[in-house]
Amino acid sequence: MSYRLGVDVGGTFTDVLLVDEETGSTWRAKTASTPSDQSVGVLHGIDKVCAEAGIDRSAVAHVLHGTTVATNAILEGKGATVGLVTTEGFRQVLQIARSFVPGGLAGWIIWPKPEPLADLEDTVEVPERIGSDGTVITPLDEEKARQALRKLHGVEALAISLINAFANDKHERRLLELAREELPGVEVSLSSVVLPEMREYERALTTVANGYVQPQVARYVANLSAKLKAEGVPAGLSILRSDGGLASADAAIAAPVTMLLSGPAGGVTGAVWVAEQSGHTELLTFDMGGTSTDVALVQGGQARIGRETKVGDLTVRASAVDVRTVGAGGGSIAHVPELTRALRVGPQSAGAEPGPAAYGKGGTAPTVTDANVVLGYLPSALAGGEITLDRDAARAAVQTIADAMGLESAEKAAAGIIDIVNENMLGGLRLVSVQQGFDPRDFALVAFGGAGPLHANALGRLTGAWPVIVPPSPGVLCALGDATTSARDESARTVLRKLGDLSDTELATIFEELATAASDRLKAQGITPEHIAYSADIRFVGQGNELPVTFELSEGLTGLATRFDTEHERLFSFTLNVDHELVNARATVTGPRPRVAPIHLEKGDPDPQPARTGETPIYVDGHYVDAALYDRLKLKAGNVITGPAIVTEMDSTTLILPGHAATTDDGGSLLIRPTSKEA
Amino acid sequence: MARIVEPNTTPLEPVDVDPVTLDLVENGLRNARYEMDEVLFRTALSPGIREQHDEFPLIADPSGKMVVGQFGLSIPDFLAGFEGDIGEGDVLLTSDPYSCGAAISHANDWLVVLPIFTEGRVVGWASMFGHMSDVGGKTPSSMPTDAKTIYEEGVVIPPFKLYAGGKLNEDALRIILNQVRVPDWNRADLNGLVAACRTAAKRVTEMCARFGVDTYLSALDALLQRNYDAMKTLLHVVFAEGRTLSFTDYICDDGVGYGPYELKLSLTRTGDRVHLDFTGSSPQAIGPVNYYLNENLARMFFGIYMITVADPQILWNDGFYPLVDVTIPDGSYWKPKHPAALNARNHGIGRVFDLFGGLLGQTNPALLNAAGFSSSPHFMYSGNYSGGDRKGEWFQLYSIGFGGIPGRPLGDGPDGHSLWPSFVNIPCEFLESYYPLRIEKWETVADTGGAGLHRGGNGVDVAYRFLEPGTIAIHDDRWLMYPWGVNGGTPGARGRKWIDRASGEREVLPSKCHDVPVHPGDVLHFVTWGGGGWGDPLERDPELVAKEVRRGLVTAEGALRYGVRVTEKGEVQEQETTALRDQQRSRRDGALPVFDMGPGIEEILARCEEETGLPAPIRPVWR
Repeated sequence: MSYRLGVDVGGTFTDVLLVDEETGSTWRAKTASTPSDQSVGVLHGIDKVCAEAGIDRSAVAHVLHGTTVATNAILEGKGATVGLVTTEGFRQVLQIARSFVPGGLAGWIIWPKPEPLADLEDTVEVPERIGSDGTVITPLDEEKARQALRKLHGVEALAISLINAFANDKHERRLLELAREELPGVEVSLSSVVLPEMREYERALTTVANGYVQPQVARYVANLSAKLKAEGVPAGLSILRSDGGLASADAAIAAPVTMLLSGPAGGVTGAVWVAEQSGHTELLTFDMGGTSTDVALVQGGQARIGRETKVGDLTVRASAVDVRTVGAGGGSIAHVPELTRALRVGPQSAGAEPGPAAYGKGGTAPTVTDANVVLGYLPSALAGGEITLDRDAARAAVQTIADAMGLESAEKAAAGIIDIVNENMLGGLRLVSVQQGFDPRDFALVAFGGAGPLHANALGRLTGAWPVIVPPSPGVLCALGDATTSARDESARTVLRKLGDLSDTELATIFEELATAASDRLKAQGITPEHIAYSADIRFVGQGNELPVTFELSEGLTGLATRFDTEHERLFSFTLNVDHELVNARATVTGPRPRVAPIHLEKGDPDPQPARTGETPIYVDGHYVDAALYDRLKLKAGNVITGPAIVTEMDSTTLILPGHAATTDDGGSLLIRPTSKEA
Repeated sequence: MARIVEPNTTPLEPVDVDPVTLDLVENGLRNARYEMDEVLFRTALSPGIREQHDEFPLIADPSGKMVVGQFGLSIPDFLAGFEGDIGEGDVLLTSDPYSCGAAISHANDWLVVLPIFTEGRVVGWASMFGHMSDVGGKTPSSMPTDAKTIYEEGVVIPPFKLYAGGKLNEDALRIILNQVRVPDWNRADLNGLVAACRTAAKRVTEMCARFGVDTYLSALDALLQRNYDAMKTLLHVVFAEGRTLSFTDYICDDGVGYGPYELKLSLTRTGDRVHLDFTGSSPQAIGPVNYYLNENLARMFFGIYMITVADPQILWNDGFYPLVDVTIPDGSYWKPKHPAALNARNHGIGRVFDLFGGLLGQTNPALLNAAGFSSSPHFMYSGNYSGGDRKGEWFQLYSIGFGGIPGRPLGDGPDGHSLWPSFVNIPCEFLESYYPLRIEKWETVADTGGAGLHRGGNGVDVAYRFLEPGTIAIHDDRWLMYPWGVNGGTPGARGRKWIDRASGEREVLPSKCHDVPVHPGDVLHFVTWGGGGWGDPLERDPELVAKEVRRGLVTAEGALRYGVRVTEKGEVQEQETTALRDQQRSRRDGALPVFDMGPGIEEILARCEEETGLPAPIRPVWR
């Protein structure tokens, strides 16, 4: 008997899910997270879940882990001191940062420019030059290079990013050798390895970001692996990549920049798995937390993969589940500027400290959570009783908005706050759907995160995406995502050839070489490659931006061009009669998908009465109505809950609006749909 | 005057819009406007729009008032200049500033306007203009620096229906595209402009369906009213009754030997209204630097400074326009007479920022920034490949340079950045992959930012080595008059341009030139100007000054301007620094000036040739 174990480390809880690989049976455990050393909480959780399942730790064959260590290093600015080596004349590449100033006209007045990830004091240049076609224009001056490297004594990581290194990595490779001699013990990231693609700023930044998070990721992963071994868990450790694939511990340490969105990717992957059990593969995912909301689009059971990873102010070029973040969450603060008397919600957030007024931790600003409390949508304590709600404080906070806007009641103001925040999140959902040419009505909406299920029904109404699927327990969802994903690796390179100048054979060769490289790396980890996906970044000759297009090698050049034209037409409503250019080629190789049997909830009849715990007044559409309260843990498959109703569980609360009903399915998800056309 | 054809003439009832719906409409408009940008950026072919995002979207109400956008252009003036019917499915195009009341300001900008119809009536207008990298004429990129009439500036398209009732006027388009050097660029960019406007129209139609036409339109009125009310309050708070503020900045020269042109702006509030008066500015230029300014655009610029600071989340619109009177004298730099040349007006547009900054900052320290990189200087390089696989093939580069953002109340000005929203530089690797050149250096120049408590951003030196024979053109300014500092900050350094010829000779180039021949091995240095400094440089933390020396952003000598002495390793010498600061303070007489514009204009002109290597321009006079 062997077992897989998915681990999700959140800010408050560490969730562990144990899966019997043969029967598909699952066990869950929840323990307190240990932020100073996350591995302590992870091991504690593993002990707990093994005890519950009555198995020995040695039976765990795979540990699969989504981690936020890299993300937090960026968000908290606590990464390594990185030295950067550039081509002579380009030392200020990160300082100039493509000259871009965010915001509108006059935005420069109020923009605080973030400091570069590698300080200019720690940036050196070396005499060398490669041409854009890869020819060596000026050979590397090794003596000067050594002198430059010696100036970097004391850096914790080194990034080397030379001009046109995407076309020829010779000088970067030689510098790597020199760096090993001059700066022994310092991990080195090469731009030609991390991101062999054109555009020097993006490549340098991504390489530096890799170095910036590397020491912490390496320490954490190595530490966790060692502890697992020491504690008698023989399992290999794998880390979830931002693109939703798995990487071995070693691969994660080598390319941590591909792990920056490991956490959100786990959520989306878990959502896909859960929704598939409910029979849905076309999805919008909606993960609403305390300060922000992540949304993504899933087609045919595959999350759309974007070529950029955004964390805080930082945008790097690394494949990631195309998650868009909206600065709207439960902690978002509502305010009314004196001048315009408009109602604004966010982007400022009360965060966890002091948090919403309702948390009674000293917060007084009116937040989205406070509005939910005023409207009666949050009837009980949160987080299993850890946070009790101060209703009076919430009402007092929201009343300030009512006063500022001249509204007659706190309820009216609270409803306004909820409408505005829902609208902000609708903006995010539109970004991944309508604005990419997809009609949200063709998708189901999967809502999770602490606050997602509260707003899910309303967003279903705004988008027309039905059913709204609320999976059981958000933490378990991410752990499920970790446990149900496949190993994956990817090779990419910049090609820059017109399709008209290529033959089908040449095209196949380019992609087959990439596939071989990625497959070899998987095989080295003992994984059999099972599926190869080819994608190309294509544009019309002369365009500045490419579109990623997935295709089959058998389709050849014509098929590739047609797929691009279709995508261009869908996105922009026209195509051009000029040649296409292949900018980047990419092969993604995936190992076998783990077999995890679906969860089966005990069958019940449509009447949810046994799970009913009472009723509570809630304010909807301008007046109070009584909503039934249900305990999610007591629901059985087949139960149908008619709105208005509220379903509570330890770490989330689901609101079902009047005119809607939720069916509990076999896997424990709630599927909300309108009961009549007018709803 | 255009006649709008609406089959549905049932009058609409104004309705009360609850405040939350109002905010929902505002949000929807904001999303639509950003979507317009996205559509165009992603599809454009010409470098100006594709890489540098030189484009401006707008959504208007049925009367043409802008309800969302980021840079005005005036639909009412456009409609006034169009003779004929406008109905559903029509898409209008123009590039003639003189036929649309300067809704656009040079012939490189192609302006697309379309009516948005719902249920047979106009519910608004979508409009967008973008800078075409080439519109024909006597020099590549169509911006001859010696032009004296608009006839020298390429094809000038009068307002006409590109699409009539949804049908493309292919003949007209063919005639237009026959005039330009790279028709594929213009065709793609024009497609992008139309697609972006149609996207906006779709979003507006969706909002009308969601909220109802009457609610949508009443919401627009309320949004306009919101701006009006906000501005009315602000004007009273900021400006004293009857007090006139004035500020003058300069355009250094006009490309044909005249300059500097004085740009003067005055403001007086009387009651609820303010008067913006451009009287006192120089006469129209002989060369192509004239900036034909639409009155509504002047209002817009004014409003941007006022409202951005008060509620940055507010949606930009025209609602406050009735509160602002504008006087622009005929025949002045701002309102030249047809057929004056207009192509190089980008310096004037940029300078408007400094002008409003300097003017409004006199009342409100929160708004007072030093002079910044108030331009988008151009660099062009074109020719035919002389050999190899591409022999004979035409290449044409158009790119924008970046410089020093000024010292601000918030902090230092970023080095080598853009004052314009959403502009980005073209990566070196992109340039080298598609053009016959190599970039030998791309860095900011130490000490070019003005000294101050908050340092001005440094200018940039980009060194282009040419690999094929061809010609280059340059459009820049601030080579003569200084980017001023404020509150004790000193001016930034001026811009410079020169070619190191393969022969070893150095040739200084004027800031505006075209058709300059270059040969393989020649290296052009395109050095932009720095931003002015903000606040007393002697108050700046010496450790920060030393750190910037170690970073290479300030030199050891440059640190002396902050009264800071550093060691060879870039460490602060504390005693020497204290002594130097005391000495520098003791030499000051009285309070530091609010504005430091550098030497007087006479002195600058007298030393012009010696300092810049270029002859002094001749001062323009009204005739």
